Amino acid sequence: MSVDKATVERIANLARIALSDEEIERLAPELDNILGWVEQLGEVDTSNVEPMTAVIPNKLRLRDDIVTEGNQRDAVLANAPQAEHGFFAVPKVIE
Amino acid sequence: MTDLTDLGVRALRDGVRAGEFSAREVADAHIVKVAAAKPLNAFLVETPDHAIAAAKAADDARAAGETLKPLAGVPIGMKDLFCTKGVQSAAASHILEGFKPPYESTVSQKLWDAGAGMLGKLNMDQFAMGSSNETSAFGNVISPWRRNDGGNAALAPGGSSGGSSSAIAARLCPAATGTDTGGSIRQPAAFTGIAGIKPTYGRCSRWGIIAFASSLDQAGPMARDVTDCAIMLEAMAGFDPRDATSLDAPVPQWEAGLNPSLAGKTIGIPKEYRVDGMPAEIEALWQQGIDWAKDAGAEIVEVSLPHTKYALPAYYIIAPAEASSNLARYDGVRYGLRDLPDGAGLQDMYAATRADGFGDEVKRRIMIGTYVLSAGFYDAYFTQASKVRTLIAQDFDNAWEQCDLLLTPTAPSAAFGLGEKSDDPLAMYLNDVFTVPSSLAGLPAMSVPGGLDKQGLPLGLQIIGKAMDEQGVLNAGLAIEQRAGFAARPEAWW
Amino acid sequence: MTESTYRIQGATGEWEVVIGLEVHAQVSSKAKLFSGAPTAFGAEPNTQVSLVDAAMPGMLPVPNRECIRQAVRTGMAINAAINKWSRFDRKNYFYADLPQGYQISQLYHPLVGEGVITVQLDEKDPASPIKEIGVERIHVEQDAGKLMHDQHPTRSYVDLNRTGVALMEIVSKPDMRSPQEAGAYLSKLRTLLRYVGSCDGNMDQGSMRADVNVSVRKPGGELGTRTETKNVNSVRFVMQAIEHEAQRQVDVLEAGGRIVQETRLFDPDKGETRSMRSKEDAHDYRYFPDPDLLPLELDDAFLDECRQSLPELPDAKRLRYEEELGLPAYNAAVLTADADTARWFEALLAETARIQKKGEAEVAKAASNWLISDLFGGLNKVGMGLEGGPVSPEHGAELLALIGDGTISNTIAKQVLEIMLETGGAPGAIVEEKGLKQTSDTGAIEAEIARVLDANADKVADYRGGKEKLFGFFVGQTMKAMQGKANPQVVNELLKKALG
Ligand SMILES: [Mg+2]
Ligand SMILES: [Zn+2]
Repeated sequence: MSVDKATVERIANLARIALSDEEIERLAPELDNILGWVEQLGEVDTSNVEPMTAVIPNKLRLRDDIVTEGNQRDAVLANAPQAEHGFFAVPKVIE
Repeated sequence: MTDLTDLGVRALRDGVRAGEFSAREVADAHIVKVAAAKPLNAFLVETPDHAIAAAKAADDARAAGETLKPLAGVPIGMKDLFCTKGVQSAAASHILEGFKPPYESTVSQKLWDAGAGMLGKLNMDQFAMGSSNETSAFGNVISPWRRNDGGNAALAPGGSSGGSSSAIAARLCPAATGTDTGGSIRQPAAFTGIAGIKPTYGRCSRWGIIAFASSLDQAGPMARDVTDCAIMLEAMAGFDPRDATSLDAPVPQWEAGLNPSLAGKTIGIPKEYRVDGMPAEIEALWQQGIDWAKDAGAEIVEVSLPHTKYALPAYYIIAPAEASSNLARYDGVRYGLRDLPDGAGLQDMYAATRADGFGDEVKRRIMIGTYVLSAGFYDAYFTQASKVRTLIAQDFDNAWEQCDLLLTPTAPSAAFGLGEKSDDPLAMYLNDVFTVPSSLAGLPAMSVPGGLDKQGLPLGLQIIGKAMDEQGVLNAGLAIEQRAGFAARPEAWW
Repeated sequence: MTESTYRIQGATGEWEVVIGLEVHAQVSSKAKLFSGAPTAFGAEPNTQVSLVDAAMPGMLPVPNRECIRQAVRTGMAINAAINKWSRFDRKNYFYADLPQGYQISQLYHPLVGEGVITVQLDEKDPASPIKEIGVERIHVEQDAGKLMHDQHPTRSYVDLNRTGVALMEIVSKPDMRSPQEAGAYLSKLRTLLRYVGSCDGNMDQGSMRADVNVSVRKPGGELGTRTETKNVNSVRFVMQAIEHEAQRQVDVLEAGGRIVQETRLFDPDKGETRSMRSKEDAHDYRYFPDPDLLPLELDDAFLDECRQSLPELPDAKRLRYEEELGLPAYNAAVLTADADTARWFEALLAETARIQKKGEAEVAKAASNWLISDLFGGLNKVGMGLEGGPVSPEHGAELLALIGDGTISNTIAKQVLEIMLETGGAPGAIVEEKGLKQTSDTGAIEAEIARVLDANADKVADYRGGKEKLFGFFVGQTMKAMQGKANPQVVNELLKKALG
């Protein structure tokens, strides 16, 4: 099995999802199964193929340098689990 | 007097315009139906005030002798993936429970600007990840349909737009918005005997739609028939400078352009869609569809889309990869759920919040996406999938040398029972086998009801068109719809 | 090119330092890179935040043309390859100052490719070594927000005002070999950015900050393991950080240790670098193309405009000052080191030439000398800058003209300048008002000379006895008696006559 429990833990940590032992136990074979299945893509010869960059031919448009938003602190903070003195508050971070 | 909830978008619009009934009467009739349909669990939030306000505006406008807006008098359902100002928009997730956006999505705003009113927010698979509606954090939607075996097995309304499909099939609303990433409009439409179209990628703005997989997500209408889809899509589509992938192209008058003749059109039948183990009834319906298309004047050719079998695996790399990144913003800092265990630091808070706030399927896809992008795997998975995606798009381009449209079944089966596939993610993923390739290529595609299977459940036919040719897709849909004469509707048991 | 001889003397012999800089420069723009929120510095917390910056569900980025344009112009200014096809990638990591959970940046296809910056080790010393430092790339990316740790005992506060501000990340090659070279590179880069107008270069406001990559090796040996010291925000600190970090690495290696590839912080109070509690998963950013954005394709018209709008750049300007204006190398270097200075000088020069009806080359030297010694000195004393200071180029030119036509002497000019610095007044008016006009009235001067010679009969005798050096003394005394207002030439002539 290529996806073992250690891999699940590493990925869960990268994805910031806390998993119980039981979930890790369950996810390892599930992910292994799914990833094993998608690996059939390896059969396709793509040596002269460019990865898709735009689904429908379209060019990136650029915006003018104009201020159109701002001064909406109340709206920005309205849904915050914890907002104090105009800031979002989070547990203290030690750098 | 007719039950106003039996009428579709066009009939309601025209009736209000003609003064046959008031918009308020229409709104009230639907509000009552919605309130009485709790067992379906199709609505997460009911917004009768919104629908009534829109109705009042329509009636006032008519009284004042003004020209009515295109959707004046039409109340609709809004998938919970669309952000609606001041109304909970949670993508049917726990992590966004209680989130009331201070903004309105472009598509919903366009619908309100067109005069439509909102009956409420529709349940769905959590973050649009699922094909059965079983991943909603607020309980699954139940299809109004039942098998004709006398049993009461609860059936899946399809997903992810299952609240939309269930509500329309149950006559709770004449139309609703859906979003389609790999089939989430078309498969639920097929499962519930209604019509739905996913337009060309970029037709409808993604601004304000809670993202699942950005390069695939596309909004579209679901309604009882093709004409209603055309009317809705006209209101929803259009260039939006706030979405960098939005197509800067005028919105055609699709309703006015409807034409059920397929004379001069060539319809391709992709041979790779004859998958192993396809039920005979699906096979038979497909043949029926071919015959209907011929009857409507189309020429039929067999075409080949050789990379079809790789579409699903490519999709299940690309969509989770984008999702793993798109869903990183749900971290308990600025909105939504926060789970802060005693003594937890910032990173612990993230992990706890996301563990608590995301359902199993969402976690599974975030994990897959994180894995395929992680160091050492990126090229083998993501880059390879993006190259295969190019090949899949090329397959379609090659097919267009031979034909104008493609006709396929929408899904490999009729609606399945809730719980029947939920233990096996891969079996669930295979539901999207016919809808995913056109999603990967960004092409317009729609599902129209074709008939019923032996159990009395609806089956859908899918039409896929060239980029920007929604009109061709709608016309073929109309041709089939007229010949299928699909009139079945679920018995109200709820 | 001159090879650096900077070496660290260790117990095991000499060590060479290898330095590369990644400079984050804030692009000068009104709105942010992907949103319409303003970029101005110093606003109330979370008042310059768009829904896009706050990563609200369903919000989408749309790039700001001006930010792209400025990065392209910057690339052109260092003769870099401009990539007509580039694209944005997402760099995924979790941190409270990063609302999206990813930074939109460019990894695989940056906007600007390889370029070169020519630096002079000591820009004020035209004889100091010149070196070319390679630039690997310039890409455009979003800035993060700000975390405050000192406002609450158990919480950090998040301010998203900076979130999404456009940055250019300018990545040098590991071409520098001494703190001085790194300092010179950073100064020159700052000069260039300010010339181009793509960044204001205000390092104290965080508009420019450098990640300093340092490794040490035995001269000419294999590259050593490097450390990256993050966000160093002045030229002096960059030099200090390198000095300290290189010495630390030598100490570790000579004690038999290994250098760990890590991220470090510079502590300006102690002048030291220290290890940062390593950001977890720092090496798995899961970069992939941002699916919300299409590839960025630039057409020739856009590139042409970028190129045509570039100003004369400092190296070209310096050469022109020397060759066409005939300025001494030192003057040319000082005047071109900063775009504002050069702009001010050119305005002074044009006005001076105009009112004196002379060619610019004729007045350039006097004007540049006055600017560099008198005006800079005076501004320094009052703690003001050239730009927005009390002296305009027009007033400067007027003062130079008053000296040039003999209305005032150099000594009086210094007094007038002092008043100008205080009041912002026009020199002509000041001279008029204070009666500082130089006099050539021979009668008045002769009267003073007679008094001076009378009072110093002994010195007159000495002078006549051959002590000719005393002539200067008599000039000084006469000028003093005339309160500096006598025309020195006239004084000279009359004195010579009187002393016979
Ligand atoms: Mg860096
Ligand atoms: Zn950077």
